[in-house]
Amino acid sequence: MTTHTSPHLQHYFVPQPSPYPFILSGGMFTLALGFILSMNAFAAGSWIMLAGAAVIVFVVYNWFGKVIGENQSGSYSEWEDKSFRYGMIWFIASEVAFFAAFFGALFYVRNISVPALAGMDPAFTLWKDFTAAWPSAGPKGPAFTPMGAWGIPALNTAILLTSGATLTWAHWGMLKNNRSQLNLGLLLTIVLGVVFLGFQAYEYYHAYTELGLTLGAGVYGATFFMLTGFHGFHVTLGAIMLMVVYGRCLRGHFSVERHFAFEGVAWYWHFVDVVWLGLFILVYWL
Amino acid sequence: MSTAPSIEHDTSHGHHTEHYQGGIMRWLTTTNHKDIGTMYMTFALIMFFIGGAMILAVRAELFQPGLQLMQPEFFNQLIGVHALVMIFAALMPAATGFANWQIPLMIGAPDMALPRINNWGFWLLPPAATLLTLPFILALFGIGDGAVNTGWTLYAPLSVQGGMGVDFAIFSIHILGVSSILGSINIIVTIFNLRAPGMTMMKLPLFAWGWLITAFLLIATIPVLAGAVTMLLTDRHFGTSFFNAAGGGDPILFQHLFWFFGHPEVYILLLPIWGLIPHVLGTFSRKPIYGYKAQVYSFVAIGVLSVVVWAHHFFTAGMPVPALLYFMYSTMFISLPLAVLFFCWVATMWRGAMSFETPMLFAQGFIVLFGLAGLTGLVLADVAADAQYHHSYFVVAHFHYALFAGGIMGVMTGVYYWLPKWTGHMFSETLGKWHFWLTVISFNLTFMPQFFLGLAGMPRRIPDYALQFVEFNAISTVGAFILGFSQLIFAYNVWKCVKGGTRATDKVWEGAEGLEWDLSSPPPHHSWEVQPVIK
Repeated sequence: MTTHTSPHLQHYFVPQPSPYPFILSGGMFTLALGFILSMNAFAAGSWIMLAGAAVIVFVVYNWFGKVIGENQSGSYSEWEDKSFRYGMIWFIASEVAFFAAFFGALFYVRNISVPALAGMDPAFTLWKDFTAAWPSAGPKGPAFTPMGAWGIPALNTAILLTSGATLTWAHWGMLKNNRSQLNLGLLLTIVLGVVFLGFQAYEYYHAYTELGLTLGAGVYGATFFMLTGFHGFHVTLGAIMLMVVYGRCLRGHFSVERHFAFEGVAWYWHFVDVVWLGLFILVYWL
Repeated sequence: MSTAPSIEHDTSHGHHTEHYQGGIMRWLTTTNHKDIGTMYMTFALIMFFIGGAMILAVRAELFQPGLQLMQPEFFNQLIGVHALVMIFAALMPAATGFANWQIPLMIGAPDMALPRINNWGFWLLPPAATLLTLPFILALFGIGDGAVNTGWTLYAPLSVQGGMGVDFAIFSIHILGVSSILGSINIIVTIFNLRAPGMTMMKLPLFAWGWLITAFLLIATIPVLAGAVTMLLTDRHFGTSFFNAAGGGDPILFQHLFWFFGHPEVYILLLPIWGLIPHVLGTFSRKPIYGYKAQVYSFVAIGVLSVVVWAHHFFTAGMPVPALLYFMYSTMFISLPLAVLFFCWVATMWRGAMSFETPMLFAQGFIVLFGLAGLTGLVLADVAADAQYHHSYFVVAHFHYALFAGGIMGVMTGVYYWLPKWTGHMFSETLGKWHFWLTVISFNLTFMPQFFLGLAGMPRRIPDYALQFVEFNAISTVGAFILGFSQLIFAYNVWKCVKGGTRATDKVWEGAEGLEWDLSSPPPHHSWEVQPVIK
């Protein structure tokens, strides 16, 4: 590792003009437009969505490819590396705030709106017989069976926590320059992540077909599926990012000192891990 | 990458030479903070006129009681889209334009830390603005029933029942939110990682400090808004019950989530302005900024307080009394750090060798008129008084003193202050003064009567009104048209200044202090490639 006694004599890497940001914005516009149209029963909507998604995938593939190429050709020093680190940290912070909105909604319906609906003066309520209890689909929601905590969810907790451990083990491999430990740890993490997602999919199927637990099952169904659904989406993204990092490891990318992509993805993975712990405790268990 | 090249990698870079593609491709693909700043400012100016045209149509309708020009449905669309355009597509991009242009110049950074992300942040804005306004055009062809018609606050259950325009607004907000978060990350990283050597955090220019707190607030609150409109979307189309009491939800939950974002948003709009005002006051008073540390601590205090006071926006929705009291006192508490800022601004001018060029005029107009916003805000923060003023024109007048006099006039201050630096030309001082005086007089003509309308009980968001409100509404409409058309002077002056004019010196203003004035006017395409060292 080189240390710089006079960092101001360095040049910061300012990339050449790039078409990707503009094309990506166009892809996002197309995706949003298609989604809006399809939700409002325009037949062309899904095709427009698909086109937008294709553009996004194309740009993400090429943009990340470009950055990896710049990195491999030595364009970045520790100075740029630090920018990426700060950037990732604050990106994860914004993700925390996003989940906080849904946890906040869960807190609100459990502690405020459901008790308030049950505690209203009988002279002023449509639903005199409604009593506060959790889980609840509200006064007029459909009957459902809540998801138990100690079956698949507990297993999934163990799986995700283990995946956090295997990822850290892989990082130790990286730091010791033990590439086989690194690769094996990453592979295990990816497999555990995919198994987690498989169980999650099975749980959703079970909820919809046998428990009557759907998105429409009042506030319980809404908070249950939105929280676990967005979490599952993030696990999916994390798993894809881990696969990219795994592919790069197999090609011999990264060094003992310089492996921000690995660490950034690891931070992200630990973040989804922590969110899951919150979900397990507040959505499934308590 | 086992041997990380440090100095030698410079030779592999092409960024010393001034080469970029010509024509439109320059702007589509640029990674240069100055180009991106220019795009932000231009976009903000265009959207300012679009949002302004919408509200002039509204004021024309309100010139007389009765319905003359439009149906209430269209009126409702205009007021909501006006607000969203002005907040998200005019004020915020203008502030981000300043950040792009000025933060690297002021902290001695070679560019923004993440240049391609920077370009992405800008190019998300035109698609988002298109999504917001497209339903107006679609409705002309018989598709859908127009733009979002709920007001900018999108309150459930109205927004759950609304037409396709609400969906367009939801996705517009999502894309705007992505843009804001990207911009915020970039600004935070730039300030933390790219400051010139020796520039400690307590030597950071106040403008950068204001933006740093803004960026933190955006990262904390924009995702919550994204979550709220996502819940709205699933309530509308996928059968969830977040805001539906029959399913155990609550429409007031939406208000909590919305204003958890919405109140900090006020400070998101204003903190960059509070950051730039002291620079202008110091320059034209030929004195150092008074109370630098006090202002930094006030920014931090306001930032922290801003996320814990949100429910004062809906005192009348129904809340337990302890909650009312908490939100009332915490809101009033914000006036303490804000008062510190006001005293620092005045003390900066105190016994200075003042001169009154256009930026200084706007800065002083800002202090007086934004002061009125603060004082009327204290009235609204009072739970007992708010029961009468809530949802009246008093509120409309209050937040226009905050966001036009505080926000837009603050932006004007900054534009007049830094435009000679950006273009290398001086603007017309005569036109600037005309613009200032017409703006200040017509602004008060527009919004001062609205305080009285509100006190007399006129509700906001209503296209028709009782006869007792006729005179004040007529005055307000006349004021609004003068105000709107006066801004053409501004656009003309800026355009003239971009095209030519007296050459600006490097320092531009006699009393100017700061790194940006060490560069030429206009600065080279890439500046501070070798960072200055701050003693």
